[in-house]
Amino acid sequence: MTTAAAPIRAKQRPGDRVFSKSAVFAGSMILVTLAAVATFLIVQSIPAFVADGEDASILDTNFWAYVGPLVFGTIWAAALALLIALPISIGIALFISHYAPRRLASALGYVVDLLAAVPSVVFGLWGIGVLAPAVQPLYSWLVDNLGWFPLFAGPVSGTGRTILTAALVLAVMIIPIITAISREVFLQTPVLHEEAALALGATRWEMIRTAVLPFGRPGIISAAVLGLGRALGETMAVAMVLSATGAITFELLTSVNPSTIAANIALSFPEAYGINVNVLIATGLILFIVTFAVNAIARWIVARRAEFSGAN
Amino acid sequence: MTTTITPPETRGPAAAPVSNSLTAGKLPNGAPWMVLGASLLVSAGLFGVIALSGAEFNWVGTFVVAAIIYVATITLLSRIVEGGRRSTDRFVTALVTGAFLLAMIPLISLSITVVTFGLNRFDVEFFTYSMRNVTGEGGGALHAIIGTVLMTGTAALISIPIGLMTSIYLVEYGRGRLARGITFLVDVMTGIPSIVAGLFAYALFAIFWGPGTRTGIAGAVALAVLMIPVVVRSSEEMLRLVPVELREAAYALGVPKWLTIVKVVLPTSIAGITTGIMLSIARVIGETAPLLIAAGFTNSVNYDMTEGRMQSLPVFVYTQYANQGNPPEAYLDRAWAAALTLILIVMVLNLVARLVARFFAPKYGR
Repeated sequence: MTTAAAPIRAKQRPGDRVFSKSAVFAGSMILVTLAAVATFLIVQSIPAFVADGEDASILDTNFWAYVGPLVFGTIWAAALALLIALPISIGIALFISHYAPRRLASALGYVVDLLAAVPSVVFGLWGIGVLAPAVQPLYSWLVDNLGWFPLFAGPVSGTGRTILTAALVLAVMIIPIITAISREVFLQTPVLHEEAALALGATRWEMIRTAVLPFGRPGIISAAVLGLGRALGETMAVAMVLSATGAITFELLTSVNPSTIAANIALSFPEAYGINVNVLIATGLILFIVTFAVNAIARWIVARRAEFSGAN
Repeated sequence: MTTTITPPETRGPAAAPVSNSLTAGKLPNGAPWMVLGASLLVSAGLFGVIALSGAEFNWVGTFVVAAIIYVATITLLSRIVEGGRRSTDRFVTALVTGAFLLAMIPLISLSITVVTFGLNRFDVEFFTYSMRNVTGEGGGALHAIIGTVLMTGTAALISIPIGLMTSIYLVEYGRGRLARGITFLVDVMTGIPSIVAGLFAYALFAIFWGPGTRTGIAGAVALAVLMIPVVVRSSEEMLRLVPVELREAAYALGVPKWLTIVKVVLPTSIAGITTGIMLSIARVIGETAPLLIAAGFTNSVNYDMTEGRMQSLPVFVYTQYANQGNPPEAYLDRAWAAALTLILIVMVLNLVARLVARFFAPKYGR
């Protein structure tokens, strides 16, 4: 009785081994897929970085001069969309979580989620067919009366297919995402905090300002950044709605508009050949890096406050 | 105790001598609705007068002006009667409700537009003919529907086993660095722009079949890249909801781990997993950009995933719009009809997924 009994080892059954191995295999497939995405994009992009106007017909001078306006357009359109969508989304999330009658709240949330289910190409059709003609008179009015404001400088676009319209469509598309995440965070506010504020005589808005919003701030920020990531990568709606010329300009209402990376790929790829294909893939790589960075920031904000990890 | 506080005789603005600070200075309960009705009337009257001069009655303008009048009036009234703090509260309430109603405008406008334009060509021919040798009117989306079913089905065949097994790994087996790495990478994958997935699939298959080839299988791979993280995320959440006691009970009876997963964990969470998978299919079925890049577009029916271009419903919408022939109305009508079909498919998938979640959820009650 000097040596301790060896710990009982679980019997290794073939079924167990097969099952756990295949689970590990499936998990590794994720690693392999992402590595493959990165590798293929980088390998295919290398010829583009050194190409000039003689190698690829869509380049004027070099790759960086080509991608510059596209990067600007991508960020500008996404930032405008976020600027429009964020206040509205927070309003909707507050309405569903704190203002709407309890019985209606989940149904209303479902209605907002319906917006997320609409395919982007349908948003594109709607943007051209309905939204652009509807906002064009408003744009004319803005240019005529507020033309001194640099963003609203003329001449006004006759079709309404400007960067602002594209940003409006993008905003409609990211509202459901931002709303869903902020709503979840608002609902997690400790009820005791809310009741304490109300018991001290706060009105509903004061309760929201002092209890709900400070608690939900990291959630709102990460929701906004995730929405920004979605807006950066959105393709078809922008490709269809925006009538792009490729200029770098901040003017919102003219017919001279910067294009976005994703929309440019979708429009140019079907006819591309030779090095042009590599150039377009390289712009895709840059889009991938930008969205990756934006999403990483969002995850980092979420991870800093672990209690919001369930929010996404 | 002879002095008692006399309650104000009348409520509302007319209550002159304020004696009870708790009940004094409060708008009657129905005030917001009355103000809303009044502002709608005023606004409608305003635009009605304009309409009398020959212009069309402006519905959007009516509601916008009514909303502005309402917000201004209720804030002002409340400030006079109830004071600054309550006035701010009413102001914010109006804004928050307005934000919700504002978001409903695109949804309603979009539904009405898609249904009215889509019904023009929502007929039998649309679902039984392809666009082969069709110029102008006639033709249909049969080839696109076949392509969508084939490519989405293949993508689901690829991503459901991988996604489900990955989530099982993460919940049941995953410990340490690999599990953390996979969780992180699934997050990264969720954020891949759809067009980048299309470029990846194109570049991957360009190696096998040479540059410039576009096939159905490439489109399916692009969709699978987008679908896998959604499946992993939703299944993982569902598997984590299974109570640990169920697993422990199975282990205590001597059931092997893999049988516990197959016979206890999966059946308990199958409703949630089905819902997640259907929602992920609904998400990728409307993807246009990756299919445009990887599978291309065509006018003919193609059943062969590995050979030749393949049309799909969203790309059909886009090409009908982008390459309009003569007469353009025929092309636009087909685009709207395909958009209506697509939205109906997505809605049905969403609805069925939610019904599955509701009716097949495990009963935890004792």
